[in-house]
Amino acid sequence: MSTTVAPTLTLASAPSRARSFVLQKRTVFLIAYLLFAVLPIYWMINMSFKTNNEILSSFSFWPQDFTWANYKTIFTDVSWYSGYINSLIYVAINTVISITVALPAAYAFSRYSFLGDKHVFFWLLTNRMTPPAVFLLPFFQLYSTVGLMDTHIAVALAHLVFNVPLAVWILEGFMSGVPREIDETAYIDGYSFPRFFLTIFLPLIKAGVGVAAFFCFMFSWVELLLARTLTSVDAKPIVATMTRTVSASGMDWAVLAAAGVLTIVPGAIVIWFVRHYIAKGFAMGRV
Amino acid sequence: MKPVNQKAWLLILPVVLCVAFSAVLPLMTVVNYSVQDIISPERRVFVGTEWFSAVMRDSDLHAALARQLTFSLAVLVVEIPLGIALALSMPAKGWQASLVLVLVAISLLIPWNVVGTIWQIYGRGDIGLLGAALGKLGIDYSYTGYASHAWITVLVMDVWHWTPLVALLCYAGLRAIPDAYYQAARIDGASKLAVFRYIQLPKLRGVLMIAVLLRFMDSFMIYTEPFVLTGGGPGNATTFLSQYLTQKAVGQFDLGPAAAFSLIYFLIILLLCFILYNWMQRVGTQDKETVQ
Repeated sequence: MSTTVAPTLTLASAPSRARSFVLQKRTVFLIAYLLFAVLPIYWMINMSFKTNNEILSSFSFWPQDFTWANYKTIFTDVSWYSGYINSLIYVAINTVISITVALPAAYAFSRYSFLGDKHVFFWLLTNRMTPPAVFLLPFFQLYSTVGLMDTHIAVALAHLVFNVPLAVWILEGFMSGVPREIDETAYIDGYSFPRFFLTIFLPLIKAGVGVAAFFCFMFSWVELLLARTLTSVDAKPIVATMTRTVSASGMDWAVLAAAGVLTIVPGAIVIWFVRHYIAKGFAMGRV
Repeated sequence: MKPVNQKAWLLILPVVLCVAFSAVLPLMTVVNYSVQDIISPERRVFVGTEWFSAVMRDSDLHAALARQLTFSLAVLVVEIPLGIALALSMPAKGWQASLVLVLVAISLLIPWNVVGTIWQIYGRGDIGLLGAALGKLGIDYSYTGYASHAWITVLVMDVWHWTPLVALLCYAGLRAIPDAYYQAARIDGASKLAVFRYIQLPKLRGVLMIAVLLRFMDSFMIYTEPFVLTGGGPGNATTFLSQYLTQKAVGQFDLGPAAAFSLIYFLIILLLCFILYNWMQRVGTQDKETVQ
């Protein structure tokens, strides 16, 4: 008896000891990476609560002379807070247009085959991948000609280039997960297409719409090149306000850090809700 | 099979119109500019392929392209293995999983210019943690002073910014592996390495290919982060393709050469896109097959 029990015991304990060792190595690596990931951000947050004087004169891991003044500057100075408002306006316009046009198209791609469907799908992908710099020159010319320069619409339209394809791909991924029998049953029950789509189908892919909207919001929010080139005063986005402050002679590091922190806040809040779909969104609905 | 229905075109018409207005129209303008010498809006001369050959012979462009390729390859060499390692070490379930997921993903959601700003602050010798720490170690570190330091800083910044994307894709891929595979491996007494080599890696092939192509193409159009951090300098050390094109198009207003350059740039991307698209389709069908 004892001879048979002893080997089983060692067999059982050896892997578990090995596993806990591996687990430790993993954990150490993970913590090291997380430090690498979080420290730069923490450093900016840390700086945003310091005065410029403290930033330049001393070096500390937390503010010695804690202040809200930098945030106050941003919320009271029109040249700063108008940047956030401008950004939010064009991002909102862009997201609404992108989702609205992408919904029917994604449905068509996920449910039917038709002449040239694969080619159109591919063509959409190329637009997501084209460097914005390629479009810079013609956008500049085109929008100057039609008098759209320095308007929110101009930036919103320009950002459609990469956001509409993204929305179509993500939504198509989610829609393909809904069984086709649901559509067929609804049509047999006498639902018209718009009524079926709005009252039955849309609620089923709520999550997909949310994820697609989040990614449209995000990619429009983070883009700088087009937003900066197509605006000058009236629609100047926060990302441009920040770079122009950098190039000015006086470096106001503390306010710059505070402005940076505020641009992260919207994404940081929403990310919790879409955390399981982030990979799917970045891979355009393909994971 | 999906039913054939040509009326579906009506559903995709809005998208086609939208993208046509914001992509095809501009692209036609680029084609138009690339074959003309625009002296003034009224005086234009057809010059054929002159701009294309001029761009092909532009030594600055060659240098920018070489820098771009080196950078994009370096990005892949660092980010792909690091991303896989990170995905393997992320916890699979519980609140830790959610927390780690969010912490890892956060750098992806930061505006690209703020990424530049963060590293600009972080790397400075006088006020930044990284710069000061390296200074304490006796390294004369300055991303504005030395070309090699600038280049490495941009690379580290990109690794910081985008490795989470590779990690998240792999993480999603790993979660899709059925538990039965691991159980079978345990019965066979397979080592960790064997499990990785013969179960996890093959299953990750699809997502890894997407990750490689996405990272290659996105790093191929990098603009904002180096623009904020180094402004392309010192000298031209971190002037990548998009930066060079922007200088030409908006800075110097060389419409013809800039347009010709844009088209060549676009064609390179088109080729890469074609490969990516075919891979995405294949991954899609593979997944459906495993489900059936």
